[in-house]
Amino acid sequence: MIRLVPPLVALAIVLPVLAGLAGTLAAAFGHLPALGFTGPSLDPWRDLAALPGLGRSLWLSLATGLGATALALLAAMAAAAALWPRLSSGAAARALAPLLAAPHAAMAVGLAFLLAPSGWLARLASPWATGWQRPPDLATVNDPAGLALAAGLVVKELPFLLFVLIAALRQLPVAQAMAEGRALGYRPAAVWAFLILPQAYRLIRLPVFVTLAFAVSVVDMAILLGPATPPPMAVAVMRWMVAPDPAGMLPAAAGAVAMLGLTALAALAWLAGERLAGMAARALPLAGRRRGPRATLAAGAALAGLAWLAGIAALAVLALWSVAGRWRFPDPLPASLSAAAWAQPAAGWGEPALATLGIGAAVTLAALALAIGWLEAEDRGAMPRARWAVALAVLPLLLPQVGFLYGVTASALALGLPGGAAAVIWAQLLFAFPYVLIALSGPWRGLDPRLPATAAALGAGPWRRLFTVKLPVLAGPLMAAAAIGLAVSVAQYLPTLLLGAGRVATLTTEAVTLATGVDRRLAAVTAVLQAVLPMLGFALALWLPGRLFANRRGLIGRGAA
Amino acid sequence: MRLVAAALALSLATPALADWQATLDAARGQTVYWHAWGGDQRTNDFIAWIGAEAERRHGVSIAQVKLADTAEAVTRVVAEKAAGVAEGGAVDMIWINGPNFLAMKDQGLLHGPFVADLPNAAYVDLSPGAAASLDFTVPVEGMESPWRLARFVLVHDSATLPNPPASMAALADWAAANPGRLTHPVAGNFMGATFLKQALVELAPDPAALLAPVTEAAYGTQTAPLWDWYARLRSNLWRGGRTFPENESAQFRLLDDGEVDIAMAFDPAAPAALVEQGLLPDSVRVFVPEGGSLGNISFVAIPFNAAHRAGAMVVANLLLDPAVQARMQDITVLGSYSVLDPARLDAAQRAAFAALPTAPALPTLDDLGPTLPEPHPSWMTRITEDWVRLTAE
Repeated sequence: MIRLVPPLVALAIVLPVLAGLAGTLAAAFGHLPALGFTGPSLDPWRDLAALPGLGRSLWLSLATGLGATALALLAAMAAAAALWPRLSSGAAARALAPLLAAPHAAMAVGLAFLLAPSGWLARLASPWATGWQRPPDLATVNDPAGLALAAGLVVKELPFLLFVLIAALRQLPVAQAMAEGRALGYRPAAVWAFLILPQAYRLIRLPVFVTLAFAVSVVDMAILLGPATPPPMAVAVMRWMVAPDPAGMLPAAAGAVAMLGLTALAALAWLAGERLAGMAARALPLAGRRRGPRATLAAGAALAGLAWLAGIAALAVLALWSVAGRWRFPDPLPASLSAAAWAQPAAGWGEPALATLGIGAAVTLAALALAIGWLEAEDRGAMPRARWAVALAVLPLLLPQVGFLYGVTASALALGLPGGAAAVIWAQLLFAFPYVLIALSGPWRGLDPRLPATAAALGAGPWRRLFTVKLPVLAGPLMAAAAIGLAVSVAQYLPTLLLGAGRVATLTTEAVTLATGVDRRLAAVTAVLQAVLPMLGFALALWLPGRLFANRRGLIGRGAA
Repeated sequence: MRLVAAALALSLATPALADWQATLDAARGQTVYWHAWGGDQRTNDFIAWIGAEAERRHGVSIAQVKLADTAEAVTRVVAEKAAGVAEGGAVDMIWINGPNFLAMKDQGLLHGPFVADLPNAAYVDLSPGAAASLDFTVPVEGMESPWRLARFVLVHDSATLPNPPASMAALADWAAANPGRLTHPVAGNFMGATFLKQALVELAPDPAALLAPVTEAAYGTQTAPLWDWYARLRSNLWRGGRTFPENESAQFRLLDDGEVDIAMAFDPAAPAALVEQGLLPDSVRVFVPEGGSLGNISFVAIPFNAAHRAGAMVVANLLLDPAVQARMQDITVLGSYSVLDPARLDAAQRAAFAALPTAPALPTLDDLGPTLPEPHPSWMTRITEDWVRLTAE
């Protein structure tokens, strides 16, 4: 039975992505028989080239994606260097948890409420410090250059990169490297920059590339914080896909292919940057340099602190708006408080919250089952423990979502899979499964082999070993992986939008829709719920193992591995 | 392509259900997936109420699919048709008008004609040329059923702007004197497009030319004054005319925050409703350009492959019920003007409309002045394209 897992993963995860890519590619060259278009033809590309502001759209996606990822990584490295070793994993998890758990859409709504000319910062400082009786005419969000979008991406990606970086540092002999480096006369900043961070970076390359691909092709945050005339490329493609004219679907496919090219270009630029940074980290100490880039590290750490504060403040202003009565500029706080937006779940947030929870639970369970099956199949030799296999599973994370989701939607329709909750669950699984697999594979492979070996020696078969030894021992990591799966599911915007046939309204799609509505309170309520749901998942994952193993102290805390 | 579409539509169109009782029987127990723009909470609440009413009266329930843009539903139907889904489609009913209607009608994506089969259609003036028979000059031909009236209005805060400009031309002068205090939604949004069309109708040398489909020559002559006006206006707009709000809701928020002095709506009662919800100051008032403003009727249409066609027809009929229309026009409920012809109502039905409450921010029909006809949709498409090109540079 376990032998069925590899083909199942191939069928459910890998094949649709490849089919989606193929369908998108064919449509980009004018081949979409269902709509009566038979290619090959270059017309879609000619239409794409005629898109107003195409150059700016492409540039915006590339610049904000690359810039935000680079800044976030730099700040994460600087923060790790500054805080190590005081930063225990527990403290880091607590400080970063709210920002890790809050989805991009919720964070973007909060940042817009914070940074806009009429936002909370301006209200707090007006009119006593700024003299503003009315909000200034400044584009602090939705600015044409995409700076607000880049800032939003930094605030959201930095905690993730810092989190994986801390995990990576734990696997390295940091104290020893520091002692050796210091003994050789290197300043601490130099030891970090030349010795420790390059090693740690090797371990987090995959998350960095996932972050990069996501940042280049993000849609929900780009709608909320990015410019609209013209929008970043991923938003332009999405708009084309939902335009009423079916002829627009061919150039939309060409745009989707352009997004793939753009992501590849960003990855190439990043690889080049990696080489340059690597060469510098080797060449500088060889040239006798003993001082490190202290000012850069200090600036990066300051940036990290600022981004952390902005993220926390964004979540705080969401909470405040969700209970605000009347709150006009420039009042620093609401004139009155009101529970009206919360009091009527039937009129707004009730159904999306239930849908989000139901879909999240289904996605999490499915991803967990597939990941356990995958790792167990490896253990039993039913599938190779190969890099290419993992690479295929991770593929959806390394591609721009608009690049293949349209093809996925078309194949789902062609297969007779009706749009709705089931299709959404499956589409979200494409993104949740790789995260769950990665989160689980470390602890799984790190499991003390003597435990199953002892069980086997006592006569337990493979299934009994799995259910009575491995899974109970791995309960902590399993919960953590489940919490990650839930967080990924809750955050999905484009898969929900495209495969839900418009029938599936989750907190994420509602938050994006309501963010441009007239009532900030309703948008705040959905965004708060969207942020709280994953947080509850993480809290449960931290709390439950301790309760379960109250009398098995050795099993608690293995989740940190 | 169009031939295939037409053939498909012909083969799928069911003969009109002459027997209304049969429709009611078929509809019982169905859930109608009504795809409707979800950006207005009062409309959402009203749709929820209609759902309860349909359940109570006819055993039909409504699930509103809240759209950010009506085009999403159109795309859905297009995609289903592309995939050969001819029955059991996801979309049962769409709140629609203008270009989206034209696109669906042209591609044979609609069920119908069905309006004449609705008993309550007797209360609507459906004679050729009547407001409910034309949608942006495109003949409706029974393919969509009216439900609410829309009129373009401008909104100002009388506390900060007591005397608003009286025409679109005057608006540009006012903006020059008050830079950064005016904006409009992006032209890709119907509200932004309507703002530009209002200016087009006021400034075009021959407004009658706008009722015919656009031609290259006519476009050049008729829109030249519009683009001159816009060139003068744009640099004086909010954010220097580089950034625009996504829709009219976002612009109302800007008005409430004091970022701009003027907002706009396609529902004359919307500002009064927002005041009542505590989302706009009490001093907000509605004004219209002195020559009148654009108006049209919102419709509901049923896709050719709707899974719950009978249920959708029952809901379309219920929307035209005089008591329902009177409730819809009630400012404390929705405040959207009725599409019924008062001459076709009896005394009791008319009295229900006369007894409705009023509010300071709510204009009377007299305040609104004459209704100007919408240009043919092809004009809006061209203007939107040119605006996008202009602002993307």
